[in-house]
Amino acid sequence: MILDSLTQAVGNTPMVRLRSLEPPGVEIHAKLEWFNPGGSVKDRAALRMVQEAVSTLRGRTLLDSTSGNTGIAYAWIGAALHIPVALVMPGNVSEARKRIARHFGARIIFSDALEQSDGAIRLARKLVEDEPEKWFYIDQYSNEANPRAHELGTAREIWDQTEGRVTHAVIGIGTGGTIMGTGRGLKARNRAVKVIAVEPAEALHGLEGLKHMPSSIVPRIYKESEIDRKLSIATDLGWDMAERLISDEGLLAGHSAGAAAVGALQVAHELAGRGERGVVVTLFPDRADRYISPP
Amino acid sequence: MPVTVKIPAPLRPLTANQGEVAVENAATVQAALEELARKYPGIKDKLLDDKGALRRYVNLFRNDEDVRHAKGLGTELREGDRLTIVPAIAGGC
Repeated sequence: MILDSLTQAVGNTPMVRLRSLEPPGVEIHAKLEWFNPGGSVKDRAALRMVQEAVSTLRGRTLLDSTSGNTGIAYAWIGAALHIPVALVMPGNVSEARKRIARHFGARIIFSDALEQSDGAIRLARKLVEDEPEKWFYIDQYSNEANPRAHELGTAREIWDQTEGRVTHAVIGIGTGGTIMGTGRGLKARNRAVKVIAVEPAEALHGLEGLKHMPSSIVPRIYKESEIDRKLSIATDLGWDMAERLISDEGLLAGHSAGAAAVGALQVAHELAGRGERGVVVTLFPDRADRYISPP
Repeated sequence: MPVTVKIPAPLRPLTANQGEVAVENAATVQAALEELARKYPGIKDKLLDDKGALRRYVNLFRNDEDVRHAKGLGTELREGDRLTIVPAIAGGC
């Protein structure tokens, strides 16, 4: 098959069974989102947001705040579709992410590292307020095309890949786009599917890409009422699980993938403990090489 | 010997929402953290693990130098130095 554009390679990621983690009677499957062309789940949302915005850009530069993966997604999609992109990133974004986004030609504007992603959101809002004619603020945190990408894509894929057997979806929350959209798409097919969020246990954490909602600006697209349950995962558990997935399973899982796996494992063990069967699906947002900086 | 400790947003609920705190008697990074914890109970656990080591996802900078590249928690501080607590990650998405 020859693709007309790399954007056609977004989505339809593989799902792998994590047999060695499974308790009796419960399956655990992980969707490997690093198979997207930009290396993370954020390709899905970024592509859909850009596609829905493209006719209204009118020469403006596409602007958003991001701690990394969404930025890389906008950057390569912008390069592929010839759309100028500017990214507001906290100063402590990993070197790897900065370099990748720059190579795709995106302009990077740094915000205060100590203010983290909320500081980047505030700076992006100010830039747009000061020069509205210059920027098209695509705003991943408020843009309904973000969850829509998952409702139409990720959820359908999970349903098809598990042949409709999925019982639980365990997904990390960043913007909330993945869990909102995937949850809606799965519940539309089977109302009994439980949608379970994975959240960092603390405000100061090391799970890149995940948001601790109680201490953050809550994204407009995130509606907690649609989630069945939230699991708080400590950074150390997520990091240790990522290392285990790498060395024992050959999966070069990033930290948020580690946290998602911890959550999936907890749900699976609770089911097994009650003697129930289940098909638990989780999603691995990106690969560990996003975190490996040059010496 | 006062040094200035810069506090990242996620920890400011523990420092009465101050982004900068002056601490006295801080000859080393360790001493500065002890002093900070005395003023603001609860902050130590966020920075150090149960063995007293700096958490893997927290970086500390003496002025512009990562203390892991100096003597870690034993890194000396001088009057007027700035100690910045920087989360290893930039945040959500």
